[in-house]
Amino acid sequence: MALDPSFIGRTYPPTEPYEVGREKIREFAVAVGDGNPAYTDPEAAKALGHPDVIAPPTFPFVLTYRAAAQVVEDPELGLDFSRVVHGDQKFAYTRPVRAGDRLSVVVTIDNIKSLAGNDVLTVRGEVTDATGEHVVTSVMTLVARAADEAGE
Amino acid sequence: MAISYDEVEVGTELPAQSFPVTRDTLVRYAGASGDFNPIHWNEKFALEVGLPDVIAHGMFTMAEAIRVVTDWVGDPAAVVEYGVRFTRPVPVPNDGVGAVIEVSGKVAKLLDDRKVQIDLLATTGGQKVLGLSRAVVRLA
Repeated sequence: MALDPSFIGRTYPPTEPYEVGREKIREFAVAVGDGNPAYTDPEAAKALGHPDVIAPPTFPFVLTYRAAAQVVEDPELGLDFSRVVHGDQKFAYTRPVRAGDRLSVVVTIDNIKSLAGNDVLTVRGEVTDATGEHVVTSVMTLVARAADEAGE
Repeated sequence: MAISYDEVEVGTELPAQSFPVTRDTLVRYAGASGDFNPIHWNEKFALEVGLPDVIAHGMFTMAEAIRVVTDWVGDPAAVVEYGVRFTRPVPVPNDGVGAVIEVSGKVAKLLDDRKVQIDLLATTGGQKVLGLSRAVVRLA
């Protein structure tokens, strides 16, 4: 079932603030095996001009993925998540995420198109801090495979 | 030591790196990222949905690929844009060895404001796993 293109432009309410902790950043950096001291050592981060440890470039996905659940689980849109794969992912940064941030995400459906029978959904997440300043924009495309391709 | 815009040209290569990934890497990444999709840790499930094996999270591969850039530039905040297309999954067999993601990068374009575009190449078993893998980085 093709997704309804009238959902293009739909924006969801801002997510509850996510408080970024030093230990969460450390956990993420360890999980990707990244020993850059800017992620774990506040002094190293300060030496680079950051007020506290910063998060690796793909860390914002932790928030934006969670925020995108609003789209994925929107009953009116009716996306079948069992057929969804992550097509592509982009980030545009104003600054890195850092410990102490309280971040909120506003999710918008930027596009819905049909490509070779698959639904391709573009979901943008604008991440802002407690003062409302932009931190990072995440744009992901989700590809919902056509039903008759199941099992491929 | 920060890399200066004046030191690089189109074609400048970044030091390539290899990133091993095993099943326990994926479990750890699932926990840290909150992405518990069973295709990344449950072999039975992965096979049932038609995958060749448990596969690495695309976002894990994306996280590894940018390390070639952040290790080169020093301050990860130098990355102003980063995007990839997930073109092929990275199967991770439960054989104690797992898979290896090989990443190389080179300066593809000199941009304004001391920025450069880096094109990344990520492969596993000789096959490309990311397409259009690009970062824009502001150099010193």
